[in-house]
Amino acid sequence: MNNETTPTPGPPLWLLAEVTYACPLHCAYCSNPVNLTAKQDEMDTSHWLRVLSEAREMGAVQLGFSGGEPLLRKDLEHMVAHASELGFYTNLITSGIGLTQKRLAALKEAGLDHIQLSFQAANADTNDLIGHRRHAFANKLEVAKLIKQYDYPMVLNFCLTSQNIHQMDDVLALSCELDADFVELATVQYYGWAYINRDQLLPTQQELEQAEAKLNAFRAKQQGKGPKFIFVSPDYYDQRPKACMNGWASTFLTVAPDGSALPCHSAKILPLTFPNVQEKSLAEIWYQDFSFNQFRGTDWLPSPCAQCDEKEKDFGGCRCQAYMLTGDMFQADPVCAKSPHHHTIKNAILASHKNKKKALILRDPKNSIDVLTL
Amino acid sequence: MPVPIRNKLYKLQFEKAQDCYVLLYPEGMVKLNPSAAEILLQVDGVHTVEAIIDALKRKFPQAPDSISDDIQDFLNEAENKEWIHYEQ
Repeated sequence: MNNETTPTPGPPLWLLAEVTYACPLHCAYCSNPVNLTAKQDEMDTSHWLRVLSEAREMGAVQLGFSGGEPLLRKDLEHMVAHASELGFYTNLITSGIGLTQKRLAALKEAGLDHIQLSFQAANADTNDLIGHRRHAFANKLEVAKLIKQYDYPMVLNFCLTSQNIHQMDDVLALSCELDADFVELATVQYYGWAYINRDQLLPTQQELEQAEAKLNAFRAKQQGKGPKFIFVSPDYYDQRPKACMNGWASTFLTVAPDGSALPCHSAKILPLTFPNVQEKSLAEIWYQDFSFNQFRGTDWLPSPCAQCDEKEKDFGGCRCQAYMLTGDMFQADPVCAKSPHHHTIKNAILASHKNKKKALILRDPKNSIDVLTL
Repeated sequence: MPVPIRNKLYKLQFEKAQDCYVLLYPEGMVKLNPSAAEILLQVDGVHTVEAIIDALKRKFPQAPDSISDDIQDFLNEAENKEWIHYEQ
């Protein structure tokens, strides 16, 4: 355990259930790990049901079914029904591929509360190229209509990268046309596949500013009507790091397809041993496991964070980013201008300008092997 | 007479771990204080604002007269936050 000044953490309010890494799309910006868990290593239904029960008992209230593409699990409806009975607010985070009217009805019956539908762009050509799947855009349009028809709250998610950020007008128009409740315009964060494709994906500061200006002009005309847009800017252009996951193991708990319990969906890359929910109870993991206590609170903070008056705001930033960019997970997030490693971010931006035209490495189990031997 | 209706985007439920009522919406949660929860529980899409005020006065007879204004203020705030709306 940590020392006595670390207060007992609250319960994990948010459980992200990554039920599979299998996916019909191949987006190069995917945040999944580059060494994708094979289908045969996925946790079975009974273990998932137990995890949901334990998390709810601890006080978790939001549950995200994610992946990969969660629809590829045939037991999804079963898990949703169980979660709904437990009183979770259930979110399905999906590409929409495979979301037939029959499944949509079954999920409604099971008590699913909300669907977040991803788009790779607001036109068929760009969308299908990024997802590397023919007819995906047409499919998504159908799905969006069905989601509304079945009276679900609908959130659209657009991942913005250099490849689509210049198409903001289309994105805004499509969001209105589909009558979304919320729209996340998330500039990609550089984890997993997105990290190895960062040079090609990272928009320039100018592209970013133009996109945000378009959104703000549009919002000004909305007069409170239509979708609510949420813009997530990439932290590479910030002077201070994000409070990653609202603080390590403070709010979020991810369970990966193989049952690994993680403080965030990217943490598996860190040189820490993470527990598996098939071997320990969720409460034991959350409150007692070394890996979860490792970066809780502010006692562990390095310099310059330990002396910084903003340490309660960002907790030193993202551990994965510190590890990826400095090779040391105990460093300050180099996004911070006060970090002695801030030049790694500046260099990444410069490298991106130079290598923009390199071919993207698509998220594909075949490429997993290539990447691991790089 | 206006009838407030709860926005179906927000799900109202009691959370044992939080020891309070909460509003749940896509990927988010708002914790409600006890009076906010009492008012929202009365919003059923049938009763008018006046009927809600009467019901709460009956439920809390010891409350001061200003309770009517407090309820109206909260309903205005809830409308601004889009937790409720009124029949067009």
